[in-house]
Amino acid sequence: MRLGFDILGRLFSWATVQTEGTFWMPVQGSTGAEPVDRIFGFIFWVSVFFFVLIVALMVAFVVRYRRRAGREDAEDSAHHNTALELTWTLIPIVIVVFIFAWGFKAYLDMNTPPANSYEVLVTGQKWKWLFTYPNGHVDENLHVAIDTPVRLVMTSEDVIHGFYIPAFRLKRDVLPGRYVKVWFRAIKQGEYQIYCTQYCGTGHSDMWAKVVVHEPGGFERWLDEAGNFLKTMPPAQAGERLFRTRGCAQCHSVDGAGGTGPTFKALFGHPVPLEGGKTVTADEDYVRESIMEPQAKIVAGFQPVMPTFKGRLKDQEITAIIEYLKTLR
Amino acid sequence: MTSNETTAAADLAAMGNTLGGDNYLTHGRGLKSWIFTLDHKRIGVMYLVAILSSFFLGGVFALLVRTKLLTPGNSAIMSADHYNQMFTLHGAVMIFLFVIPGIPAALGNFVLPLMLGAKDVAFPRLNLASLYMWVAGAVLALVSISTGAVDTGWTFYTPYSTTTNTSVITMVAGVFILGFSSIFTGLNFVVTIHKLRPAGMSWFRMPLFLWGIYGTAIIQIMATPVLGITLLLLIAERALGVGIFDPALGGDPVLFQHFFWFYSHPAVYIMILPAMGVISELVSVFSRKHIFGYTFIALSSIAIAVISFLVWGHHMFVAGQSSLASMIFSALTFLVAIPSAVKVFNWVATMYKGSIWLATPMVYVLSFLFLFGIGGLTGLFLGSLATDVHLHDTYFVVAHFHYVMFGGTVIAFMGGLHYWWPKMFGRMYNDNWGRIAALLVFVGFNTTFFTQFVMGSHGAPRRSYHYLPEFKVYHQLSTLGSYILAIGFVIAAVNLLHSLYRGRPAPANPWGGATLEWRTTTPPAHDNFAVEPVAGDPYDVEAWRYDKAVGGFVLREPARGPAAG
Repeated sequence: MRLGFDILGRLFSWATVQTEGTFWMPVQGSTGAEPVDRIFGFIFWVSVFFFVLIVALMVAFVVRYRRRAGREDAEDSAHHNTALELTWTLIPIVIVVFIFAWGFKAYLDMNTPPANSYEVLVTGQKWKWLFTYPNGHVDENLHVAIDTPVRLVMTSEDVIHGFYIPAFRLKRDVLPGRYVKVWFRAIKQGEYQIYCTQYCGTGHSDMWAKVVVHEPGGFERWLDEAGNFLKTMPPAQAGERLFRTRGCAQCHSVDGAGGTGPTFKALFGHPVPLEGGKTVTADEDYVRESIMEPQAKIVAGFQPVMPTFKGRLKDQEITAIIEYLKTLR
Repeated sequence: MTSNETTAAADLAAMGNTLGGDNYLTHGRGLKSWIFTLDHKRIGVMYLVAILSSFFLGGVFALLVRTKLLTPGNSAIMSADHYNQMFTLHGAVMIFLFVIPGIPAALGNFVLPLMLGAKDVAFPRLNLASLYMWVAGAVLALVSISTGAVDTGWTFYTPYSTTTNTSVITMVAGVFILGFSSIFTGLNFVVTIHKLRPAGMSWFRMPLFLWGIYGTAIIQIMATPVLGITLLLLIAERALGVGIFDPALGGDPVLFQHFFWFYSHPAVYIMILPAMGVISELVSVFSRKHIFGYTFIALSSIAIAVISFLVWGHHMFVAGQSSLASMIFSALTFLVAIPSAVKVFNWVATMYKGSIWLATPMVYVLSFLFLFGIGGLTGLFLGSLATDVHLHDTYFVVAHFHYVMFGGTVIAFMGGLHYWWPKMFGRMYNDNWGRIAALLVFVGFNTTFFTQFVMGSHGAPRRSYHYLPEFKVYHQLSTLGSYILAIGFVIAAVNLLHSLYRGRPAPANPWGGATLEWRTTTPPAHDNFAVEPVAGDPYDVEAWRYDKAVGGFVLREPARGPAAG
């Protein structure tokens, strides 16, 4: 059986094995892509064979046996033929059993991570992916080293999301209250698209991120630098980064546009009307309170839906965010 | 061409046409005679009007969605929220209001008792109740649009559906009621087929359309209650906060998917089996030849109905079910492909050495074989575990689903509608315009959906308001196709409606069908048959020859009698 897979895999891989993407398939960015593409190629040619067979017969019959003057009636022919019917029942059974077995084998391989995989935590939330690295750094993109097995441990903070990297032929639903694990080994340096494939509401189609595959050594350099951004970047710039990566941007705009929460444009230092008629000036303490105790003061016209960030943002990070808000005039 | 006014009543009578005389349409006048009717033919016609209205509505939603997708970014046509509501409505209206009841309730209601040589279905009152359950469900579903249209997708996946602030409960209650309409119809048809078959019609001399309807009815009775229970649990969770599916309340979101697909996978066979039945009738009649491999086709309908209950897990290959479960569901999924393939081979074999008549219904049959072929074969990619992981929840699935449900069921529905239309209304439509419409639908359909296979295998996720610019060309082609598709349907609709007023009166048997509905007058009388007919071989179409004087088919003399198959 195994030999059969290999031979057929080779035979049908000429159609799909590639590095830059084909008519049907995106670029092969991981070790998992090629087996999938080989099976795809096999099923594709089986399908083409049967489709052409059916359509060719159909067209030939229509042309040859078309109803016309002198051909009002059908010719005599059998109403059934058990041998023929058993043949065209059994041949497809053999083919689909083969496709099933091959697909299952590849599926098991793609679900069995090597023992020494590098682990990244993935969190799905409306409408953003967050990637947490072993050193505690949280990023909005997935950075990995080339030729290194990476294991993703994924969970959702709200509804079901679907984590999908087409170039790696990798997809898994990400569920709240549960951890799911997938793995891959990237084989080609570059940036690849990440999507959400499980419908999750307004921003479902904005849950985009990138996998960045670094050259050998490049990942470690990136992680050191990225994990240190609070120290290396000016506070306002670090704040902007936190704004993007920690989920603020999903509800708060910076250009005055509407959203689930009030815009941050021209917020700092200005009076804010609250539910109940009071007004408060947006200073450092107000911003800090709004992040840690979001229900304490509700801005007029908005729902009290913001989750607390207590325990999720450090003091230094809140300071950086406040500095960033000051720049939004 | 003779118009009704100039055709003498005697000529009409010679054709077996009852226009102007007593038939089911003129038997009893006024609104009341329709809304309280127990006549399966009138109920079928009312169902037809209701279902085609839903198809129109669902089609408008689809065109709006496709128009938005002309551009990858924000659109002036609709916001992301409106888009999400729009594709949900498109799916829900098309599935629950159109495709599920489409062939059984509209065409089946009209044709089934006639094919059995019966006066009506077994339970005429239940039949009328089923229609009103449909109406009630449809009203609730449409009310939900004005009270905050649902944005969950037609699948209502939890916990999104229990947390979104749109009117999920109204929509779900509507679908719950529609389920009862479906159960009533299925129950009625099962009993009718068991009890009201005429003399001479053993199980294996039953028209294959009835085998299709029978298979569907079994699924309707056995699977729909599960949907009902699931939707009630969903309502309970939303309204009462009972934790069943939402992990925040201690529930399990994947449990909902198991429940939902336990119904909804068999439901796609509810949608396709009657369509296969229609094709079995049409391919024989328009090849002027006995169907090939009757027994295999009949039994494959039952095989599909049985296996369809055991494949639901293939919707959850990436949802986190165990590898073992995925393996079993994948194997069973491949098994269900076999009976469908067998049917296709038998249909093509039926055309061999036939006298193939390319009237409008046959054009739809050819279109069906082409499109359903693609739909079925692309199912192999999704049944295989390794490739499904890549293709799941992308446009590839959208394309596959539409090739099966639209290229399969809707095309067969159109073929059946054009086939039985003269029997229903006593008039012939223009065959050329019928074929032009069928051709436009075929071209438009492929342009719309084939592009989606390519997009999907490149990773474009479905249900997306925004998309990457690299997919723009595919999306624009797809939208262009949907407009061609719409034009095709408008032409078909105008052609059919026009025939009601200006169509040539139809003979009793315009196509030379050998099933019993062609033995009665056109349109049929209130009681269907003056004398209860004796059934022969339903595919002995060669016993009928074309008669120019009648403009339709008449039995050859001497009549061959009920010949053996």
